[in-house]
This record gives sequence, structure tokens and C-alpha cells, in this order.
Amino acid sequence: MDEIPYTVKPHPMSGLYSGKLGVWLFLASEVMLFGALFSSYILLRVGSDDWPVGAELLNIPLATVNTFILILSSVTVVLGWASLKLGENAKAKTYLWVTVILACGFLVVKGFEYGAKFSHDISPATNNFYAIYFTMTGLHGLHVIGGIAVFLYLLTSGSKLLDENPEWYANRIECAGLYWHFVDLVWIFLFPALYLL
Amino acid sequence: MAESAEELREHMSGYIKIGAGLLVLTLLTVGVSYIEFNSVFLTLFVGLLIATVKGSLVACYFMHLLDEKSMIYWILAITVAFFAVLMIVPIVTDFNSVFHN
Repeated sequence: MDEIPYTVKPHPMSGLYSGKLGVWLFLASEVMLFGALFSSYILLRVGSDDWPVGAELLNIPLATVNTFILILSSVTVVLGWASLKLGENAKAKTYLWVTVILACGFLVVKGFEYGAKFSHDISPATNNFYAIYFTMTGLHGLHVIGGIAVFLYLLTSGSKLLDENPEWYANRIECAGLYWHFVDLVWIFLFPALYLL
Repeated sequence: MAESAEELREHMSGYIKIGAGLLVLTLLTVGVSYIEFNSVFLTLFVGLLIATVKGSLVACYFMHLLDEKSMIYWILAITVAFFAVLMIVPIVTDFNSVFHN
């Protein structure tokens, strides 16, 4: 079987290895996916006579903790990638495991937040505010789960590539990292939009 | 991006500083939300301005957009144009309530 081309060497036309170009195109589609939901949020908000104040209904301390967690996980991903580039593989794996733990921590905190709402019979059907809150944070949460799955694969069975072709493995981590930073980026806007403003 | 070990180590300490800056900006976002501004527009503007600064730091440094190939910039430029349409359309549907409250 022929080897997949341009996994390490950049393509002569784009100057990029194929995985990176693919991830950026995927992220462009993700911008439009979340963009459609932000657009719906604005439409619901400006069209409402009495839009609730997020800070009065949602748990700001928990959401702040989650923002901290995601920012820290973005730092550990990029440190993991840089460590791979330096050939410090054990350190890189530690950074990436910390990322997975932080991502799981984010979901646990989110679980507490959702649990508190459901225990008070609050659901997406309660009103437009909660409908958009659960839709946007739920979709974001699914992205966090997706990120955890990718990192777990790269740290377990996918890590065989690290011995066979370390540059290709580092590129895969860079691609996964780009996705993870995007997940962080979305939360950076979701947090003030839903909880604070 | 072919970088020397020394450059990579410099970048690593930079990533930690950017991360610390993002944490501080998060606290600022929460703090600012308690300030009573005169208009809804101003409240939204300040909140989203800080979020935009944070987002730019993530994109420029963690996603390495400061030093990327032109094809990525073209993809992003097209994405931003369509994203802007998505944001503007719902705002202009109710211009008065956004800018006069």
C-alpha cells in the first residue's frame, strides 16, 4: 500500500502538510456551526422584551472554574506539542495526559451545573434562554468529549506512531491541538455571552 | 515551522505567560460584569471586547496564526466574511433595541 503523501513534508502548493490544511478547513466549518447558534442567540435576545440576566440564573463561580480549566488545558496541549518537537517524549505525554484530565474535569463541573438545573426541573423546554443555553453548552460539551476521544487515542494505541515516525506524530498532536484551542476559543465567547452579559 | 531547540524553549515560556494573561483576563471579564454601565450596548461591547482579546491571544499564539502560511489566512478570511454576515443579520433585524437601550 502506498504511503499517505504529505503527512510530514509540506505540500509544494500550500506549504502545509495535509493534516493541518484539513483541520483548518474543518475548523472553518465549525466556525459556521457555532456561528449559526450565536446568530440564533442574538436573534432571540434582541427579539425578546424581557431577556433574563444570565448571572442571576447560572452559576458564575462554576463557569469561571471551567474557563480556567479550559485555558490551562490549552496551555498543556501546546506545551506537549513543543516538548515533542524537542524530543522530550515522556514530558510531552505527561502534558497531554494532564490535558485529558483537565478536559474530564471540565465535564464533571458541567455535570454538576446541569444536574443542579435538572433537579430544579429546569430544562431546554423551560424558556428560550435555557433552550439556547443548553443547546450551545451541550454542543460545546460534545466537542470536549470528541477532543478527549482523540487525545486518548493518540496517547494509547495511536502512540505507536511516536516510535515509528515522531515527526508525523507531532503533526497529529498539532492538529488535535488546533481543534482543542478552537474548543477553548468557543468557550471564551460562550462564557460572557451566556453567563455574564 | 522549523525552529531551533532554543526558540522552542522560548516559545514554551511564552505559552505559560499567555496562559497566565488569559486567566487574568478571565477574572477581568467576571469583574467587569458587575459594573453597571449606562447602556446594554456598552455592557455587551466591553464584555465582548475582552473576549475578543482573549480569543486573539489563543488564535495568534496557541494556534500559531502569527506565523502561518497564506492559504490558512485565505481560508480564515472567507470564514470571517461569512461569520460576519451571520452576526450582522440578526442585529439589524432589531436595530432599535440593540442601540437605543
